[in-house]
This record gives sequence, structure tokens and C-alpha cells, in this order.
Amino acid sequence: MATTITMPQLGETVTEGTVAQWLKSVGDSVDKYEDFVEVSTDKVNAGVPSPVTGTIRELLVKEGETVATGTPIAVIEEVGASASTASAAPAASAPAPTPAPAASAPAPALATERPQPGPSSNGSPPAAAVDGAEVEGALRGASPAVRRLAREHHIDIRAIKGSGSNGRVTADDVLAAARTGAPAATAPAPHFEAPDATRTSTYAQPIPGTTVTLTQARRIIAERMVESRRTAPHAWSMVEIDVTEVWKWRVAEKDRFERETGYKLTLLPFFVRAVVESLAAFPLMNARFVPANGSNQASIYVNGEVNVGVAIGLPTNLVVPVIKNADKLSIKGLAIAAGELIEKARKGKLGVDDLAGGTFTVNNNGANGSWASAPIINGGQAGIVTMETVVKKLVVRDDDSIAIRSMMNSCLSLDHRVVDGYVASGFLADLKRRLERMGPQGEL
Amino acid sequence: MAVVSSTNSTLMNNVEAVRATLYEAMRNDDRTIILGEDVGARGNVFLITKDFIGEFGEARVIDTPIAEASIVGIAVGMAMEGLRPIAEIQFADFIYPSFNQIVGEAAKIRYRSNGEYTCPLVIRTPYGGGVRGALSHSVSIEALFYHVPGLKIVVPSFPDDVKGLLNSAIDDPDPVLFLEHKKTYRLIKGEVPDGHYTIPLGKARIRKEGTQLTVVSYGLYVHWAIEAAQRLEKEGLSVEVIDLRSIRPMDKTAILESVRQTRKLLIIHEDNKFGGVGAEISAMVAEEALFDLDAPIRRLAAPDVPAMGYALPLEDEYMSSAGEMAETMSEMVKF
Repeated sequence: MATTITMPQLGETVTEGTVAQWLKSVGDSVDKYEDFVEVSTDKVNAGVPSPVTGTIRELLVKEGETVATGTPIAVIEEVGASASTASAAPAASAPAPTPAPAASAPAPALATERPQPGPSSNGSPPAAAVDGAEVEGALRGASPAVRRLAREHHIDIRAIKGSGSNGRVTADDVLAAARTGAPAATAPAPHFEAPDATRTSTYAQPIPGTTVTLTQARRIIAERMVESRRTAPHAWSMVEIDVTEVWKWRVAEKDRFERETGYKLTLLPFFVRAVVESLAAFPLMNARFVPANGSNQASIYVNGEVNVGVAIGLPTNLVVPVIKNADKLSIKGLAIAAGELIEKARKGKLGVDDLAGGTFTVNNNGANGSWASAPIINGGQAGIVTMETVVKKLVVRDDDSIAIRSMMNSCLSLDHRVVDGYVASGFLADLKRRLERMGPQGEL
Repeated sequence: MAVVSSTNSTLMNNVEAVRATLYEAMRNDDRTIILGEDVGARGNVFLITKDFIGEFGEARVIDTPIAEASIVGIAVGMAMEGLRPIAEIQFADFIYPSFNQIVGEAAKIRYRSNGEYTCPLVIRTPYGGGVRGALSHSVSIEALFYHVPGLKIVVPSFPDDVKGLLNSAIDDPDPVLFLEHKKTYRLIKGEVPDGHYTIPLGKARIRKEGTQLTVVSYGLYVHWAIEAAQRLEKEGLSVEVIDLRSIRPMDKTAILESVRQTRKLLIIHEDNKFGGVGAEISAMVAEEALFDLDAPIRRLAAPDVPAMGYALPLEDEYMSSAGEMAETMSEMVKF
């Protein structure tokens, strides 16, 4: 029996995936649960395990090609099926049964022992009878003109009712859909015109006067940033936090901590701890705006979980792995969780789960001396807060004394649809208060 | 694109158009020589050159032996030395002995002599079937020659094109193979502008406009394709019919412009399918306009059998018809 494998949805907001690498070729055998393809989405590569044991019959998508989730990417001929199934299947799927040469051994015996070789070499459409072939059929039957027009007009071919023979979607159908503006593609077309420039260089080593083609990750960052900027009205606020005491605490603990856990103790977990406490006090900051959709009116969803994304800069792109249920972790737990994620990010080992589900984001922006920044909110969140550089300053304190203190700015970008300045400034003030209260007397 | 010097015209069939054009060429330029089997005393088997020998003399209207290699070979020599020979191969089926003279000599003279010599030669020949011509009076030969650079191949379908294209062929400084479909000779009539005019070689002509399918054809089948397209017009299907007129040079622009509009292409020719002119057009469109295509390119052409049989069922099997063409066109429009 032939099993059609579709592009998996690796994460709840993922709409498309790129075949990064086929780990198997046509004709190779594959075991159940064995990875047979590496798919890249967002910022990770993930191996996709085969749901069956069998032989790869067809690879429907080229390496580097990006397709919508649910698009068939491979056909695997399952082995170990019963004799009756094995002999029946080829008859049903082969487009033109070739009469067996008279002199050859009885065909059924062979058929039960060996999977039928794929008919793909002669170019005829194989396996017309594959399960759930409707969607597949729509794409398979799409002519070059239909594919081009769909791409140009951002039309999802599968969403159009075809007027051609056997329901085929015609070029005119696509143009009609484009005119009525009906079924837009769920994701922007993945195809881009080749840049005019004949000279190219890479993002990691850009050369002036050349074109840098976008990596998948770069492209997605670009799309997400535009999307967030376009849909979420950003407002901005900043507080100055006295981190002298918490800094002392970190310094007092860091050597022992690193010895015991193997991870460095930075200011980040202290900050994240304060953030999750403030989020608990201001639940609207841990929410997302849900736009109107059909008959559903726009609303705000207040997240039940507190999952804090931590922005980590890599040479070629930014990744934002998520500390799940960060509110349930101590400072020590947060330090270990962050340490693990940072290590994974640097090694390129982040999985889809590591990146999914963030409800709020912390950007440790101060490492290079930034004093203030205006970050863009991660789509689907209400805010993002930064840690700027820690500087020693002369500060006039509440009792009018003058002191040298370690000060850090923290900047907040907020989705003004979700919260107003009143809530946001309350959140920032709360965050400041909590951090300033932390000190060596506390418990990690 | 006819350059017409007179607004008057005369109703002619294709054979009359050939005759009138040749007559004019003989009268206007005494370098023009007609040579071939039975072109003199007999006046050609279709009476195209009837009475020419009396008016222009045996030196300019030459009856040759039944020796096609000699006909073309002699004409090549005449052309190289300044005459304007119009050689006739009595039926295209007989052209094979002259293959070397056409392909090996005529087509290569300009190149071989680095432009010192040219070969302003026209080889006219009636071709094609549907006339109970059987094995040796029915053949289509264009695919045997269209592979050859240095050779132009012209196939007119309408009387006005016959005149304009034959004039251009005679004027052309290089060898031109001029293919006249014998079934159209007396079947097809049309107004032919009076006076001298030429139609550039390598330009196709849209004989019927349409929006849903491009049909490219040449020769007799252009007429049937138009008939089929007109039938479908009544059913609300809009088919464009392009008369190629020149097989080489080929009017790629006209084909591509039309296909980009209609997004579908059907090539119809009487010659058999494998390696035929349709294969070249199909490949060209696939290279240049793949992303405009909304259906597989199709070719309606003769089966790959050695020849057209004499028996009517065999001839019918070989030839297409307006009905078959309409059926294929309809399938493609509705695809």
C-alpha cells in the first residue's frame, strides 16, 4: 500500500516548510520512525520520521523547495502488507498495466515478495489512487501557467473550484479568483524572482556591491517583523532600574553556581524572574490580540501559561527560544533553562518545541553597550521588554544622599491594541520595584 | 504585410496564382529560367507553365531528363553564376535524388564561399495528399529539409500568399524550397491583388482570431483548421488559427504572442508526427513560454507509417479532417 506523506505542521503557527535535505532517495528502504527527510521551518531543522516501514517510491518536492503544510512531499510503499493487499494495490495504482511477458515467472508470487518498482521513471503520473488524493490532484494537475499565476496573485490553488475537465483549475479560474479576491493563499508565495545582480555574497560575509540571497530564517524574520509592525501598533516606554544589589547577589553566587551546574549565572534569570512576577501582577501584558475573523469579533486572549521567549543573537539571525512555564521556575531553574537554550541555539540544535508557544519576550540587548532600544514585538504577544547595559552612575537617592549605583535601563514595546500606557507603565514600575528589591539576602 | 501596388484584385485559385507569378517573373527579368520535367512542351503536369516555352523559348523554359539531381545541380550552377533559376521537382516524392544538391550544395554555398557566392535558387514542388496520390504522389517532405540551416522553406495556403511569397522566394539571394499543396491547387480560390508585391519570408499570418486556443498549421490543413475553428465558434469556443506560411525561418514571435494570450497550443500538420515541424514548434514554446501554458501542447499529425496508401480507408486514416480537428480543438479549449 502506498502512503502519501505530507509536509507536517511543525508548530501551531507554522504554515509552510522547506525540504532542507532528503535523507533517503527513491528506492531506499525506510523503517518506521526513521527520519527520512529534514524539514526546516522558521528557524530550525527537524527530522521527520516515517510513519510506516517501506520503500521510498517518490519524492515529490525538491530540496530547498518550500511548500504549504499538508502538501504531499513523498510516497512510501509500505512493506509487510498482506498478500492480497500487495497484489491488489499495484493494479489499482498503476496507470497502464503492462502485460507480463509470457515466459516470466508467475507475477503474483513476485509481487508479494517485492514492492512494485515506482513508475516515476517514465514520467507518467503515478499512484492516481493514493489516499486523499483530492488536494494532491489539484496540485498535480496544475499547469505551469496556473502555478505561475497563483504565485503572482497569491492564490491558493487548492481553494479554487476548477472549471476545467475533471475539475481541473484553469488559468482563467486563477485569474477570476484573483479578481474577486476570494481564496488568498494562507502564506505568501514562497517563490522570489532571482536577483538581477550577478554577483552574490552571503549574509555572514557580505561583500559591497553584491546581492545577498535570503536564508529561510532571514526571510521569515523579515516577514514576521513586517507583519508585527503592520498589525500591532507599537508604543514604547522605558524605566531606569537600580540593579546594584541584584548585581552583588549575582557576583556572590556565580562561581559556585557555575561549578555546581555548569552554566554561567548572568543577570538574565534574575530579570526573567522579576518579569514573570510582574506578568502575574499584570496579566494583560501576558496576552494577545485576536483580530476579528469572519463572524468572530476581535478579542484579547489572556494566556494561561507564562512562556518567556529569550532573544539570542546569532551571526546570521536571531532566535527566540522559549522558557516554558517560566513562572514555575526559580532563578536557579531559569538560569539552567536559559543556559540550555543558549547552548542549543549556538550549536544550531534548537527544535521546534524550543521555539514555540512564547507569550512574552525578553531581549537582553545590553551586552554590547546599548543604553536604550525600541524592539519589535514578537507576533501574537502583547509586549517585549529589554535589558540594556548596566552602567555605574552617580545617583541621588530618596534620602537625598548621592551614591555610585549600577543602573540599567529597561525598555518596553507594547501592542497598544492590548494595553494602554497606564497598564504598561504600571508593569514597568512593578518590574523595577521587584528587581530593586532583589539582593544577596534572597534565595536563588 | 503584403506590399500592394494596386488596389484591384483578381479571383484565382492557387495553381493560377503560381502560373501568374511565374509568368510575371519570366517577363520582368530575363535572368529567370524555369527548368524541370515536362515544364516545356507539356506545360507542366498541372498546366502551370502552359505556353511558356512558346513565349520565352527553349533556352529559358528547359525540359530536363528525369534526373532530379541534375535539375537541382544545374540550377545551383546557374544561380551561382548570376541567373535566377526556378527549378521544378514534378512531385515532391521525387525530390530524394536531389537531396545532396539541395542540402550538400545549395544550402551551403554562401557559407562555404565566405559570401563570395550566393545561390538565388527557387525549387518549386507540389506536395501533399488527399488526392488518391498513393505512395509516390502524396508525400510531405518539409521535415526532411527544415533541419538544414541555409535553406528556406515556404508553404503557402492561399492564392494571395502564393503570389507574394513566390515573388519573395524569387527575389531571395539564397535557396528557397517552395512547397505547393497539390490539393489546394484548384480547391482554394481567393482574391489576388494585381501588380507586383512581396510578402516577407518568415512571417506567419493569423487567418482566424481567437482567444482560447492557438492552432498553428500550414498547407492544406490551414483551411481545414479554419473550418473547424469556425464550427466551434458557433458553440462559443474561440480558436485562433495561425498560418505559418514559412516553416523556416519560423515566425516564433507570432506563435509565442498568440500562445501567451490563449495559453494553449495545438499544432496540426499533414506530415507524420515524429520529428515533424510540430516537434520544433512544441520545443520552442516549451523553452520560451512554459509558464504561460495551461495545457499540454498537442500535435495532430499523420501516423508514423511509411506512406499514404492508395486505398481510400488508408488515405483517410492518414489524413486528418476538419471534424477530427474540431474535436481535438474542443477538448483542448475545455481542458
